[in-house]
Amino acid sequence: MSKVSLAVDVGGLKMKNPVTTASGTFGSGLEMVEYVDLSRLGAVTVKGTTLEPRPGNPQPRCAETPAGMLNSIGLENPGVEVFVAETLPKVAEYGSPIVVNIAGKDIEDYGKVAAILEKESAVSALEVNVSCPNVKNGGMALGTNPDLVRETAETVKANTTKPVIMKLSPNVTDIVAVAKAAKEGGADGLTLINCLLGMAIDIKTKKPILGNVVGGLSGPAIKPVALRMVYQVHNAVDLPIIGLGGIACWQDAVEFLLAGATAVSVGTGNFLDPSLTMKVIDGIEGYLIDNGYDDVNDIIGLAAK
Amino acid sequence: MIEQGKILLNEKVGRDIWRMELKCPWIAMKAKPGQFVNVKLNDVAEPLLRRPISLHGIDAENGIISLLYLVVGRGTEMMTKLENGDSVDLLGPLGKGFSTFFHGRRAVIVAGGIGSAPFYPLMEELKAKQKNITMIYGARDAESLTCLDLYEEQGAEMILVTEDGSVGEKGFVTGPLDCLLAERGADFVYACGPEAMLKAVEEVAANHGVQGEVSTEARMGCGLGVCLSCSKKGKDGKNRKVCQDGPVFPMGVMAYE
Ligand SMILES: Cc1cc2nc3c(=O)[nH]c(=O)nc-3n(C[C@H](O)[C@H](O)[C@H](O)COP(=O)(O)OP(=O)(O)OC[C@H]3O[C@@H](n4cnc5c(N)ncnc54)[C@H](O)[C@@H]3O)c2cc1C
Ligand SMILES: Cc1cc2nc3c(=O)[nH]c(=O)nc-3n(C[C@H](O)[C@H](O)[C@H](O)COP(=O)(O)O)c2cc1C
Ligand code: FES
Repeated sequence: MSKVSLAVDVGGLKMKNPVTTASGTFGSGLEMVEYVDLSRLGAVTVKGTTLEPRPGNPQPRCAETPAGMLNSIGLENPGVEVFVAETLPKVAEYGSPIVVNIAGKDIEDYGKVAAILEKESAVSALEVNVSCPNVKNGGMALGTNPDLVRETAETVKANTTKPVIMKLSPNVTDIVAVAKAAKEGGADGLTLINCLLGMAIDIKTKKPILGNVVGGLSGPAIKPVALRMVYQVHNAVDLPIIGLGGIACWQDAVEFLLAGATAVSVGTGNFLDPSLTMKVIDGIEGYLIDNGYDDVNDIIGLAAK
Repeated sequence: MIEQGKILLNEKVGRDIWRMELKCPWIAMKAKPGQFVNVKLNDVAEPLLRRPISLHGIDAENGIISLLYLVVGRGTEMMTKLENGDSVDLLGPLGKGFSTFFHGRRAVIVAGGIGSAPFYPLMEELKAKQKNITMIYGARDAESLTCLDLYEEQGAEMILVTEDGSVGEKGFVTGPLDCLLAERGADFVYACGPEAMLKAVEEVAANHGVQGEVSTEARMGCGLGVCLSCSKKGKDGKNRKVCQDGPVFPMGVMAYE
């Protein structure tokens, strides 16, 4: 038994500790069982799923950049029906809450995916990706327009009784305005942040490296931006936040909690150390003990005004 | 599995080509020919990602693996600076390796440049199964052909090819492969090298009705099957993860888009 309480509640998503996985960086979780005890995670957040199967973007799909990486996966996934039939039951065996990340080509799509997942008792919450910068039709446009974010939240809420967590795009001038719109739309929580839009060029071929030309920047390079956005939104909007962006050690995760995140996600960090999530859980617990706290909720937002 | 490999040897063996031996008993015990390790060169964010490198030697008995690497950029450049006794963070063994269950005894190995790397452990396995091995090994020039003595030790018949003709036949590997399959035939062909070469080798093998396997490459985020950076299209329109479904695929599967 641990001496401190690590349990948090993200808008109805009950987590035994504040650590989950960033969508798209952890597969379904099943690929990682050699490195991670899935049953220890606060929640497993799975790869983005869409109504129809998506083949994804052309190669190359990733490029290394200073302290970060660009990806243009293009939401490759087998579609929500296949996910529900084949993957979900296997992940559910591990007993941790499952957060399903959803995306669509238009707002209607989001509603349909939410309706399908509503029937699945193994799904604990929906994380709504309005920010995937890769898919030309939807992602980018939705996430950068507060009205569309509000409308997406409303549509998803209308189709589910599960907690709805809106995952916002950082590619906006005023993140607080978008966060407020999500709340108005009925969101139960927010995930901050998705990838920053970027690109890289190969000076030998004189062409963009990514097959999709542009892609999403992730990793330690984006941590200061992510932290700033979590802090700003925590100060201005009364919604629990799952904070992420560049977490590469437990200390990074503690920074997010102090900035106002109720929970944290490990993303690109999984690629460097596949068992990082476990170390982050242990590290947060150790930090609380060392600093005389007996509940993780006591440190959430301490850096905020 | 993550294992700290301790460097026993790191030496230059050809034009920008280095060979590294590491003590890492667990990976050495588990690894199969054609699998790879994902190498982290430091514990900070720069450079961020692990580098996928094939296993060039698997010595389970002594707990030693070796890597053969071509210096092309920052990561491989950093590898050359490592010294005996230094530790390297290795994730592996990863991916699906070569199979050696074909009927008949005649195996042909086609290697292009640093694509020779995964073939030494394969040869050991083929030799143990009493297969006859011919290796068609092509590179830019004589200095880019490395570890020939190792392959010869395994009893492989060597056919060398260089683009500049400095040693062996002048040209590309597909010429000698075509002749060999026409004259003597083969039971199975293995290939590793640039994608254009793999595509051409598959065509030649298919023309002669010979099956085989190719070891492919892709830029990787994770090496673990979770990020889909390495996902490439097959001829059937379905995607395959090079890191998990590969890097070795049967000939005829990948689309080479
Ligand atoms: C399964 C597999 C096995 C491999 N085995 C070997 C081997 O045995 N010996 C060897 O010399 N090389 C091998 N490679 C290629 C090797 O991974 C790259 O040469 C290496 O990652 C380059 O790193 P760098 O930092 O020197 O180059 P940089 O160009 O600075 O690398 C930048 C980024 O691009 C990636 N990258 C660059 N070139 C390649 C490439 N050809 N394939 C995949 N990623 C690349 C790097 O990993 C890094 O993320 C293999 C690749 C794969 C996918
Ligand atoms: C390879 C890759 C794939 C991703 N796929 C998704 C996705 O399907 N849905 C989503 O909402 N975010 C996706 N993301 C964004 C991450 O979940 C996360 O928000 C972002 O990478 C920032 O966190 P990090 O710096 O810790 O990786 C992906 C990121 C990466 C690197
Ligand atoms: S490199 Fe991440 S799935 Fe293959």
